[in-house]
Amino acid sequence: MCAASNPVAGRDGLAVLDPEEIRRALTRIAHEILERTHGGDGVILLGIPTRGVPLARRLAARVGEFEGLDVPCGSLDVTMHRDDLRLHPARALGRTELPPGGVDGKTVVLVDDVLYSGRTVRAALDALNDLGRPRAVQLAVLVDRGHRELPIRADYVGKNLPTSQREVVHVLLTEVDAQDSVTISGEGGKP
Amino acid sequence: MKRHLISAADLSRGDAVLILDTAEELASLADRPIKKLPTLRGRTVVNLFYEDSTRTRISFEAAAKRLSADVINFSAKGSSVAKGESLKDTALTLEAMGADAVIIRHGASGAAHRLAGWVRGSVLNAGDGTHEHPTQALLDAFTIRRRLRGTGAAGARGAGLDGLRVTIVGDVLHSRVARSNVLLLSTLGAEVTLAAPPTLLPLAVGSWPCAVSYDLDSELSKSDVVMMLRVQQERMSAAYFPSVREYSRRYGLDAARMARLPGHAIVMHPGPMNRGVEIAAEVADSVRSTIVEQVANGVTTRMAVLYLLLGGTEFPATGEAR
Repeated sequence: MCAASNPVAGRDGLAVLDPEEIRRALTRIAHEILERTHGGDGVILLGIPTRGVPLARRLAARVGEFEGLDVPCGSLDVTMHRDDLRLHPARALGRTELPPGGVDGKTVVLVDDVLYSGRTVRAALDALNDLGRPRAVQLAVLVDRGHRELPIRADYVGKNLPTSQREVVHVLLTEVDAQDSVTISGEGGKP
Repeated sequence: MKRHLISAADLSRGDAVLILDTAEELASLADRPIKKLPTLRGRTVVNLFYEDSTRTRISFEAAAKRLSADVINFSAKGSSVAKGESLKDTALTLEAMGADAVIIRHGASGAAHRLAGWVRGSVLNAGDGTHEHPTQALLDAFTIRRRLRGTGAAGARGAGLDGLRVTIVGDVLHSRVARSNVLLLSTLGAEVTLAAPPTLLPLAVGSWPCAVSYDLDSELSKSDVVMMLRVQQERMSAAYFPSVREYSRRYGLDAARMARLPGHAIVMHPGPMNRGVEIAAEVADSVRSTIVEQVANGVTTRMAVLYLLLGGTEFPATGEAR
């Protein structure tokens, strides 16, 4: 969700990851998840809409390929828990869909496209709190662009990308945008 | 969306679909252990009810509470209104108490519209006289879409009610539910027909976006939805039909009439029902009946409306890091 929603600007920006690199980054994250969770037992992947959801599905497919493990996968909408709701017109809601069995006692890996201020993740932690009590919560992101405003860090990072706050990072995914790419566009936000 | 919800005509098709989509996402909340969201924390919602109502008031109260708003219930009985306070003075009192939204039900048509000119918060019309009841129309549209267009991820997100034929039967003249439904359902693309005796149709019905029939039986076989209206004896000051029995014979929905509906058709009623008058008990309790669902969907739909009216701001800040 983090400042990554303008596909037109995305095509003009500077390419940071190409489709092959995105694929490799997700493959590595899938391996890291298996390593850190000792084989992925009790793990569920929850994507944060919009683009966290297809990323979570891709990670689940990879984990299935490597270990023959069927990792439950869902989505967690954080809109109603955001701290900036009153700064914008009311937003349309995304979908929250938990795998059967819920989150109680599970290791939940939250998946998002860009980690920026950390506020989306804080909202996700609050939303998760109302859905049950996971054993542990971890965070996987495709791009970490820095500029945290809260004490939050990612457990799995596809690419660390040093940015200026005036730049905009665009993540495009085939499932949503008909192409895979990560681009950064110039100072001032608009290329 | 506009700041107030006074009439179903205030809603564009885009607004209406957004409300239904939001309600669809909020519907899953009912299955969760904690049925509450923090979204309207610190906001105050006033239920200002000048007429008796159980389900609408409780429905709005539950909706506001599930969004963590503070709810103040104000009923005209036993309040300063009984001492002769005017609507305007009551409104200014509520304004001074810092109400972010006022939900009003009033016996006079146009009361919600007047109130909207006096208060800074949002005004939601929960029924004004024989004029409108827009949230009832929204929950009816939501119920129709869920039953006939599907739910969940593969469901109706973004869809209207295009091509569905809805027949609204009975006391249209005294019904704010009928007017709001005609306006909203036609905005969403449904074809609406009113079936009623001529005495129970308003004079201006020719200007409404719907067809009119005096014969219920001829409409049954082509209806996807039959919506029965309550015969509002408390609003009837004259004789609109010879006898309740004759009305029931010609415009009541009994098992024989229900059998002539298409297989997928549903039967709706906004409640409270007069069993045996406009709807037979075996119809009200049948699997086609959505009457209990409508109540549950009412809370969800009103949550969606409250969220969309109060959850954001009209004046977006710019340059904020998300």
